[in-house]
Amino acid sequence: MEGKGSPAAPGKTAPKLQAEDLHKSFGDKVVLDGISFSVASGESLVIVGPSGTGKSVLLKHLIGLIRPDSGRVFVAGEDLWALSHIERNRARKKFGMSFQEGALFDSMSVFDNIAFPLRRSGHPPRQVRERVRECLEIVHLPNVEEKRTSELSGGMRRRVGFARAIAHEPEILLFDEPNTGLDPIMTEIIDEVILEMREKMKPTIVTITHHVESARKIGDRVALLFGGKLLYDATPGEFLKAQDPAVRQFVEGNAQGPLTRDFEMSAR
Amino acid sequence: MTRILEAIGRVVLRVFEEIGNFFSMLGRVAVWAVRPPYDLAELMRQMVRVGYDSIPVVFVTTLFTGMVLALQTFNGFARFHAQNLVGSVVALSLTRELSPVLTALMVTGRVGSAMAAELGTMRVTEQIDALTALATEPVQYLMVPRVSASILMLPLLVIMGDVVGMYGGYLVAVQLLGANPVAYIDNSFQYLHVKDDVVSGIIKAAVFGLVFSLIACVRGYYTTGGAEGVGRSTTRAVVSGSLSVLVVDFFLTKLLY
Repeated sequence: MEGKGSPAAPGKTAPKLQAEDLHKSFGDKVVLDGISFSVASGESLVIVGPSGTGKSVLLKHLIGLIRPDSGRVFVAGEDLWALSHIERNRARKKFGMSFQEGALFDSMSVFDNIAFPLRRSGHPPRQVRERVRECLEIVHLPNVEEKRTSELSGGMRRRVGFARAIAHEPEILLFDEPNTGLDPIMTEIIDEVILEMREKMKPTIVTITHHVESARKIGDRVALLFGGKLLYDATPGEFLKAQDPAVRQFVEGNAQGPLTRDFEMSAR
Repeated sequence: MTRILEAIGRVVLRVFEEIGNFFSMLGRVAVWAVRPPYDLAELMRQMVRVGYDSIPVVFVTTLFTGMVLALQTFNGFARFHAQNLVGSVVALSLTRELSPVLTALMVTGRVGSAMAAELGTMRVTEQIDALTALATEPVQYLMVPRVSASILMLPLLVIMGDVVGMYGGYLVAVQLLGANPVAYIDNSFQYLHVKDDVVSGIIKAAVFGLVFSLIACVRGYYTTGGAEGVGRSTTRAVVSGSLSVLVVDFFLTKLLY
């Protein structure tokens, strides 16, 4: 069928996740202006950028929460928006997504949150119980099953969100600002948890963050998103040493530079 | 002048947009209602919230409506010596009109606001995105049980309202105004046709249930702008829900009688 096949060669070389010339505007504000990249199976891509540049919007395109104005997203070779509604939901089961503030279902206990995807796909209760316990161990949060989500601290909410995202053993993990708004110690712990999950499950990972240090630790590749485009895409080592002025400004955290000049101009 | 026309145009456009949203969501809810999996536990939970929990409010509303109806018609009808018809008037007004409409308005305020606030909060805290990300269709998981429960429970509340309201009328007419109890009850049922009056009231109630719950769900679902947005959605759910009930009531009455 037209549009369904991946443009890349089929088989092992096909990337797990691929974005092809994504464009998205909200009203007259252009958020994504021709974004293309691909992530190989088992690879970890980190997308960094200043706040408000559309990082979350980009991440939500990858799992089909937002439909691009033009361009395509391929998940394991399947064009997400060429699929039927039902097939798209099936494709989404390959994903586990962790949201910025956790996005836990606040009408449910921690246990029910993590059990949610398992119950929806019809796992028997005993299996559900075991898997929930397993997932909570992976994120280092034993014995919180019966807590209400409102009783959890910010770091705990993120980790319960991780546990829910990995419960159905997805092949692709998406992290939306996993350590924004957390103290330095918790930031470190979250990074460690992500690395451990990587070790254990070998998933394909896309993370968005504005922590350069986290990006260095958890990414095989780091890319800078600004002005609706991916400005730079390289290994963490190269990224940190890059001479590109925008990258330099972001890495060094300067107030003056190409990133903020654009911002000031658009703000005027 | 152009500014006034522009403002009118904007309002008209928004009304049509809302009506469009309503019908497109109606289609989606209908499609997802028949697709498995069926979440009966969630349906039961919503039925308790819409139906059982609304019993006190509907009880008080219809009881006093029946009472005041008897009081007013008795005073009026006494002027041309037609007091013996009070029972009929109370029974007919309640079953055909007042019990369905007032029940729907009370439930819109009580339950519609809660639905809009709940779905709105889930939207702004990304819980609805999380549902989609977990391969769960939010329309099916959130809206189908709420709308189905409302369609099922409003008729039951209205049947209760009919009985309670007529009892309120009886209380006032017999205890307060000294009507003959046997004659009053006789008169109440003399002109009451179950099929025309009671059943059409129940059909109205089911449609009102659909209208208010779907409006509340749509309002909540499309919430933007944080806590303030949730407040706005809740208010608009109650306002457009109540107005729609009244407008739909007119056309249904025209259609059913």
